[in-house]
Amino acid sequence: MNSALGEPNAITIAWFLVFIVLSLGITVWASRRTRTADQFYSAGRTVTALQNGLALAGDYMSAASFLGIAGLVALSGFDGLIYSVGFLVGWPIVMFLIAEPLRNLGRYTFTDVVAFRLRQIPIRIAASIGSLAVVSFYLIAQIVGAGNLVRLLFGIPYEVAVVVVGGVMLGYVLFGGMIATTWVQIIKAVLLLAGASILALLVLARFSFNPLALFVEAASMYGANVLAPGRLVSDPLEAVSLGLALMLGTAGLPHILMRFYTVPDAKTARTSVGYATAFIGFFYLLTFILGFGAMVIIGREAITAFDAGGNMAAPLLAEGVGGTPLLGFIAAVAFATILAVVAGLTLSGAATLSHDLWVNVVRGGRADEREQLVVAKGATILLAGLSIVLGITFKGQNVAYMVGLAFAIAAAANFPALVLAIFWSRLTTAGAQASMLVGTVSTVVLIALSPTIQIDILGNTEAWFPLRNPGLVAIPLAFVVAVAVSLLKPVPLEEQQFHAAERRLHLGVELE
Amino acid sequence: MTHPRDASLEALAASRWRVAMALTAAMMAVYFGFILLVAFNKPLLGVQVAEGLSLGMLLGALVIVAAWALMWVYVRWANTHYDAAIRRMRR
Repeated sequence: MNSALGEPNAITIAWFLVFIVLSLGITVWASRRTRTADQFYSAGRTVTALQNGLALAGDYMSAASFLGIAGLVALSGFDGLIYSVGFLVGWPIVMFLIAEPLRNLGRYTFTDVVAFRLRQIPIRIAASIGSLAVVSFYLIAQIVGAGNLVRLLFGIPYEVAVVVVGGVMLGYVLFGGMIATTWVQIIKAVLLLAGASILALLVLARFSFNPLALFVEAASMYGANVLAPGRLVSDPLEAVSLGLALMLGTAGLPHILMRFYTVPDAKTARTSVGYATAFIGFFYLLTFILGFGAMVIIGREAITAFDAGGNMAAPLLAEGVGGTPLLGFIAAVAFATILAVVAGLTLSGAATLSHDLWVNVVRGGRADEREQLVVAKGATILLAGLSIVLGITFKGQNVAYMVGLAFAIAAAANFPALVLAIFWSRLTTAGAQASMLVGTVSTVVLIALSPTIQIDILGNTEAWFPLRNPGLVAIPLAFVVAVAVSLLKPVPLEEQQFHAAERRLHLGVELE
Repeated sequence: MTHPRDASLEALAASRWRVAMALTAAMMAVYFGFILLVAFNKPLLGVQVAEGLSLGMLLGALVIVAAWALMWVYVRWANTHYDAAIRRMRR
């Protein structure tokens, strides 16, 4: 099949420049409004519910889910839907358990909430290890994906692509902080939703706007089993384990949790999760149309000819139904998506390094505005450099697997300690610390012993641990460790402070 | 330490906890019900309820709808009961 994909063409480059100029303009505007640590980390807490809903959706709808899930559906049909559903169902949990208490108890990072009534230094160190592990794996996944994509979309070498993505992202975060990152995220979310909607409409127009006619055509071309569960989920334990990690991992991702500090109060935080879930759910339903559309209109052979993983299904579909102009637009949207997600991750990593580790551990909470900003910006430069180096080092790694790893650590290391800190009065410093460390270490160790590493990568005949995703063991283990250690050595003083924390958790800071 | 407003705060905290737990349990039941059906009864999910629409695809879309519905229940409860109680306490 002939395609303009991978060859620089005027329309693609024009769309690409429009986005770069627009987002750098926002960065310049935002940089004049970024003078304090509050503005750098949390956009001065003036983001509205709709804006934050879009920004949350922007942070969550990565290029991996846009291109990856559309490709998965195009190549394997129904099985792609399992991922769509799994990535959505974490959001109700974020709303019911996390969003409002997080907004009322913390300042910049989720660690603020865990450390609120416990001893600062041990909690900050343990939480930072988990946070940085999640951010690093997610960052590697995004930047490796970015390098491959830019290479496929624009035909420029992988290493150059990684340096360009790292450099532009550094510009947003360094000068515009959370204000620029949020607005880049909002624009990207709107572009992504618009691009996916246009594509879906153009696909459905060929089937008299009846999705069922599209599915019937897919079934007649590739057999009725494209509409039924296939090989992806074969072992029930494996399915539940992956499901648990996807669901609870969402509620433990540091860059998502950080967004709840950009809104003025808990009620706005609640409403923003509602908007985010509506956008994300709509988007995942669209990717389903796009996947089946690519399967029918482009064909599986043509998709795998460009990329064996199917990642080019959506751009090829854009060209198939809308010609080169739509291909250019979708390629630019995919690039914007990568930049925005990488910027969000870098900002949350910088907050952990500077706010949690430097200000609260090294300086004991005593650092003035100027010092906080200087350290935050230094951490941003460090992380941008690191992500470029990691991106080049991990070239060729499986992206989906790295994202799975990030979710697994977020679910086991961050989620249990965060939920218990919010709801359980008897949680102690030692309990939370042990839970976060056991969650991080057990996830990494079990993954190292899993079939993915032992059989697929090392080539051994059997694995020590049977599950590819350790969620089913590591998450309950982190809960049990937190409860057992806390009950074994109760700390009455920390329990008394729970009541003060509870007051602020519900009423916010106004009463103090 | 017995402030008159503490009892009402305790009651509010308890009811928020009950609502959050019930809705979380409902979401998990819906989602893991779907996942276990995928794992244990693939032929059933392959049955087409309408031409082109398998039961599995319908249920998958319904899990997304169920997530929206449960959040709507929570937002309604919070906007009416919870926010009103918070306003009373702030006074």
